[in-house]
Amino acid sequence: MNLKKTSLLYGIGLILFIIFPLFTDSQYFLHIGVLILYSALISQAWNILSGYAGQFSFGHAMFFGTGAYISATLFMKYDISPWIGMFAGAFVAILIGLFIGYLSFRYKLRGAYFSLGTLAFAEILRILVQNLDYFNKTLGFNLPIGNDPLMFQFSSRVSYYYIILIMLIIVTLITFWISRSRLGFSLIAIRENEDAAQSLGVNTFRAKMTAIAISGALTALGGAFYAQYILYIAPPTTFGNDVSVAIILPAILGGMGTILGPIIGALIIIPLGELTAHYFGGFAGVHLMVYGLILVLVILFLPEGIVGWVQEKLRKRKLKKEGKVDDAT
Amino acid sequence: MNAELLFQSLIDGILMGGIYGLVAIGLTLIFGVMKIINFAQGALLMLGMYVSYWCFALFGLSPYLSLPLSALVLFFIGAGMQRGILQRMAGAPDHNQLLVTLGITLFIENLALVVFKPDFRSVTVDGIPNSISFLNLNIHTTKLIAFGFTIVLAIGLFFFLRKTYIGKSIRATSMNSGGAALVGVNIKKINYIAFGIGAALAGIAGALITPFFYTSPSVGSSFILIAFVVVVLGGLGNFLGALVGGVLIGVTEALGGAILPGSLKELVPYVIFILVLLLKPNGLFGGKAR
Repeated sequence: MNLKKTSLLYGIGLILFIIFPLFTDSQYFLHIGVLILYSALISQAWNILSGYAGQFSFGHAMFFGTGAYISATLFMKYDISPWIGMFAGAFVAILIGLFIGYLSFRYKLRGAYFSLGTLAFAEILRILVQNLDYFNKTLGFNLPIGNDPLMFQFSSRVSYYYIILIMLIIVTLITFWISRSRLGFSLIAIRENEDAAQSLGVNTFRAKMTAIAISGALTALGGAFYAQYILYIAPPTTFGNDVSVAIILPAILGGMGTILGPIIGALIIIPLGELTAHYFGGFAGVHLMVYGLILVLVILFLPEGIVGWVQEKLRKRKLKKEGKVDDAT
Repeated sequence: MNAELLFQSLIDGILMGGIYGLVAIGLTLIFGVMKIINFAQGALLMLGMYVSYWCFALFGLSPYLSLPLSALVLFFIGAGMQRGILQRMAGAPDHNQLLVTLGITLFIENLALVVFKPDFRSVTVDGIPNSISFLNLNIHTTKLIAFGFTIVLAIGLFFFLRKTYIGKSIRATSMNSGGAALVGVNIKKINYIAFGIGAALAGIAGALITPFFYTSPSVGSSFILIAFVVVVLGGLGNFLGALVGGVLIGVTEALGGAILPGSLKELVPYVIFILVLLLKPNGLFGGKAR
């Protein structure tokens, strides 16, 4: 596919997202739409650190929970608008990210050890939050329903839809910009072979620190949106392991280290989860069973994700057309 | 804190630590010897608990009698996991292994949730006293029995891996699978067996903890991270190290529980984990650098 075709495809996809609310009055479908966009956003944020830089975080819930809790706490206790609170949350997430990044990267925590380390950090934050009176311990926060756009409160779901759409577009543009920048090339080099990247003069430490800070901040923005949209946060639903899995899944399914991957993944995962919840509503946990199954099947049969698989097919077809390879490869 | 409370939490910590060690033994075989990071170990432990729970609920069997069945069932589940899924993952990056076993965990845990419902179930053991008193200290009998099993299993596995043909083949395969194949070891079969044994150990651990731990679909997740801590702390593939690591975690957690308010003692294993990862990734007993 050449650049023209690709941009056309992106454009059509974007227009479909923009006009979607015009075609439905159903609150339920709008809700699904919001869930898709928001899952795509947090997964895209994760993708920067884990997909591009190859630093596989299993504890991204720590950034998500930070965003949700900081913005909700500022709102509930000090009447500070979540529009400001979300950036405060992102700022704290950057600090947490830099702290964890500094420890992990200085002490050369690599591969599975980094994953397990991030998992432990997320658990530490969850336990801390649910033991602090300041954060209402295990009760969490019930946010008020209202209609004050300045306070990030809307009476219509369409408003939430367009806000999260704009947020996703911004995050996707940031990812796109990173992937084309010097930083992005450094990150990919680190993912492919960190020692080689370092020996070629890439400041791997600084690149990884930048990646974890950006990734953490963007995930926190998603967390703040979640708090304002769902209007209820508690330690397990924001800092829990299930949250980290939900962040990872769309990118894995769609394709790690690709721009479209998390979006395609979310477009499949969320409706699938809703369908199973609809048909097996009586059984709690069926949708997580399906997620588990998808995870296993994707890793076994589509380790590069859907987008990676399609790219590979297209590349092979192009090479074949040019007569550079035969069918065997 | 008075001396009696201190000693009581010390005893509780040591016993609980033995249980952590017990859960970690299977993991250290799979993680340390086979180099597979098996996130599903907690879910396998949970299945082992359900086997002994159902033997108790349906036939009135004590967990100590149904223990071989737990081990056997889990052996086949583990070998099947290796054969059906993990075998295809040889040479895949670390995080893909982690993801696959995480997917398996999600699947098994939620299948259990659908089939068994989220109820907490308990098993009672007749015929032995609940606890014995020793110098004013209470010692849980069933925890003591589990502790004894941990020691026996750790020593047994140590000799199994060094003295038997299968044990030696497992070690050879883990060191150099190509070389092992050259001298006639059936690599695939050895991998099934090794993974099966690791899973069977989770089954045994599950059976042994049912008398004092509620059986529920999510019980595995409360053990799995601690088990990872213990494995890394004790050194990969070091069974006695797993026991020592387990006791260390158990004791610090119990002492933390006596000092820290609320559920903050849950922090202890994670903080230790991060410190170990950062400072002593090869475990307390050294070994070569990673």
